Amino acid sequence: MHVPTLAEITAEGKKPEVLFWVGCAGSFDDRAKKISKSFVKILQKASISFAVLGTEESCTGDPAKRAGNEFLFQMQAMANIEVLNSYSVTKIVTTCPHCFNTLKNEYPDLGGKYEVVHHTQLINDLLKEGRFSISGSYYKGKRITYHDPCYLGRANQVYEAPRKLIKKLDAELLEMKNCKEKGLCCGAGGAQMFKEPEKGNKDVNIERTEQALKTNPDIIAAACPFCNTMMSDGVKNKEMDENIEVKDIAELIASAEGM
Amino acid sequence: MDRPKKRWLNMLRVAFGQSKMVSRPVSGTLHLIVYIGFIIINIELLEIVLDGLLGTHRILAPYLGSFYSFLIASFEVLAALVIISVILFWTRRNLLKINRFWNSEMKGWPKKDADFILYFEIILMSLFLLMNATDFLLQNSEAPNYVKAGFFPVSQFITPFFTSFSIQTLILFERTFWWLHISGILIFLNYLYYSKHLHILLAFPNTFFANLDPKGKFVNNKTVKKEVKRMLDPNIDPYASLESGSESSKFGASDVLDLNWVQLMNSYTCTECGRCTSECPANQTGKLLSPRKIMMDTRDRLEEVGANITLNGSFKDDGKQLLNNYISQEELWACTSCNACVEACPVGIDPLSIIMDMRQYLVMEQSSAPGDLNNMMSNIENNGAPWPFNNQDRLLWANDN
Ligand code: SF4
Ligand code: SF4
Repeated sequence: MHVPTLAEITAEGKKPEVLFWVGCAGSFDDRAKKISKSFVKILQKASISFAVLGTEESCTGDPAKRAGNEFLFQMQAMANIEVLNSYSVTKIVTTCPHCFNTLKNEYPDLGGKYEVVHHTQLINDLLKEGRFSISGSYYKGKRITYHDPCYLGRANQVYEAPRKLIKKLDAELLEMKNCKEKGLCCGAGGAQMFKEPEKGNKDVNIERTEQALKTNPDIIAAACPFCNTMMSDGVKNKEMDENIEVKDIAELIASAEGM
Repeated sequence: MDRPKKRWLNMLRVAFGQSKMVSRPVSGTLHLIVYIGFIIINIELLEIVLDGLLGTHRILAPYLGSFYSFLIASFEVLAALVIISVILFWTRRNLLKINRFWNSEMKGWPKKDADFILYFEIILMSLFLLMNATDFLLQNSEAPNYVKAGFFPVSQFITPFFTSFSIQTLILFERTFWWLHISGILIFLNYLYYSKHLHILLAFPNTFFANLDPKGKFVNNKTVKKEVKRMLDPNIDPYASLESGSESSKFGASDVLDLNWVQLMNSYTCTECGRCTSECPANQTGKLLSPRKIMMDTRDRLEEVGANITLNGSFKDDGKQLLNNYISQEELWACTSCNACVEACPVGIDPLSIIMDMRQYLVMEQSSAPGDLNNMMSNIENNGAPWPFNNQDRLLWANDN
């Protein structure tokens, strides 16, 4: 698929409506790349003009900051802000709640002020504006449970946007024992994704997967590439991966619409 | 101090209105009863003190008329409800063995403190009712000074225990209960400062000064900000010494004096309820980390540093610090920064901010992150991603099938 870069579009003298911040997982992780593609298909279907930074994008610095390396974080932020400001970017959408949180909350203080939205929010807006629609028969009657990513939910109070989309699919939305404000972490946040867990009696993702399995779902919906990995591993560990899929909301919509 | 209106609202909602307490309905309701009882019965305390000082008997009664009877009646009912709630609290803590009351940090003094407060509350409420019961009897036997005033729906049931005594003995009883009650309250007020019960005062300023921003927004370290700015500014002499002012250039926190005052106030406000710990994913899966312990350790160490300063005039190195001597690195590295603890805390405490400050110290001052994290960070440094991929390949995903 052709994904335009901001450099290309700017060279044509145009300005896209929104910049898609792909993030490191969305760019390099095999599982998360599929989410990026699904989301691009949705953007194309809605005929919204967008661009990515491509090789000009660099890690937001989120994992460095949560690990305690504030120095590295701020260096990354300054470099990214310089690129973003040089293109006069005004609106950013991202499929990763960690990028979303960092760009939205921590960049302004360092000189990077943009309107930042999560992809589940943007898709809702596109639907509201009538730029595309979901017909909703593909997942009709399917049991879908939704896992709240900490950095989307508790950290930024976005609980409803993803849920609205699942309901649009005509699927049955199931809530886990811990949801919304009380959502249980998947275990990846705070840079845990990149290290072995400390000694304990269980891995966090297993605990969370058990909660998800208790709802007896067909699909576990996620809205974060890291949660997606953690939950997929959990489902595999429980040997349920034959029966239960872990899918990003963008993937659900893309396949519902046959994209 | 920014956004004062929002801060007042937050305090009204969370501290005064107990909004977070009720997210756990059982303990929330019991606590609400004790809390309302505490506030309302304090109105009666005013009269009790005035009577003591002026040698009067129920000084407010003539001014309030029948409303006075209503007041006394509601105080009595509340006192009885408080006693019942406290007994249920004690049962939950000691017989039902609810997990969060039995974590390792609750051994010893914290456990005793919690029980002690419950006993204290039962004793104070009982003394109040006993005082009323004997007063009621004295009023009925028309003892001098004991004018008829008040309505005693609860304590009238205690009166049978005292009917056989003479008026003289009854007065002695009534005075003794009065004195025990008032001195109990004074002792309790002094005890607060050594107890988790200090939250009854600090919950208010603590919620007032709590973070109002989205929980995901972590403060950008100011010392680092200055340094980064200096590095990126071509006009500044790169060899000039880093800090000319007196401000500390230490990155992060290794001891309590590196924390800010809100974090320190947090530690004194902590009620040791353990709601944070019971929501913590690390703790739930058996890791050492317990956000409640982070707060208790901070307070304990601050007490120690305070005693040190009192003794020596200024802080004298005691070879200890919050890091390692109280909070281990294993605890700090187990945190997923999920904010569940912050969300759960009924008095607006932020254990995560202390964890993050200490991680900053570990990484930026000591370079002692776990090896995997060091790899992740050097990847970001070298190729702009936490994994070892070439940044030139960032857009390849679009072509993959
Ligand atoms: S932020 Fe850290 S300490 Fe707090 S609940 Fe989450 S993992 Fe536990
Ligand atoms: S930090 Fe808050 S939730 Fe945790 S024990 Fe203290 S008062 Fe309770």
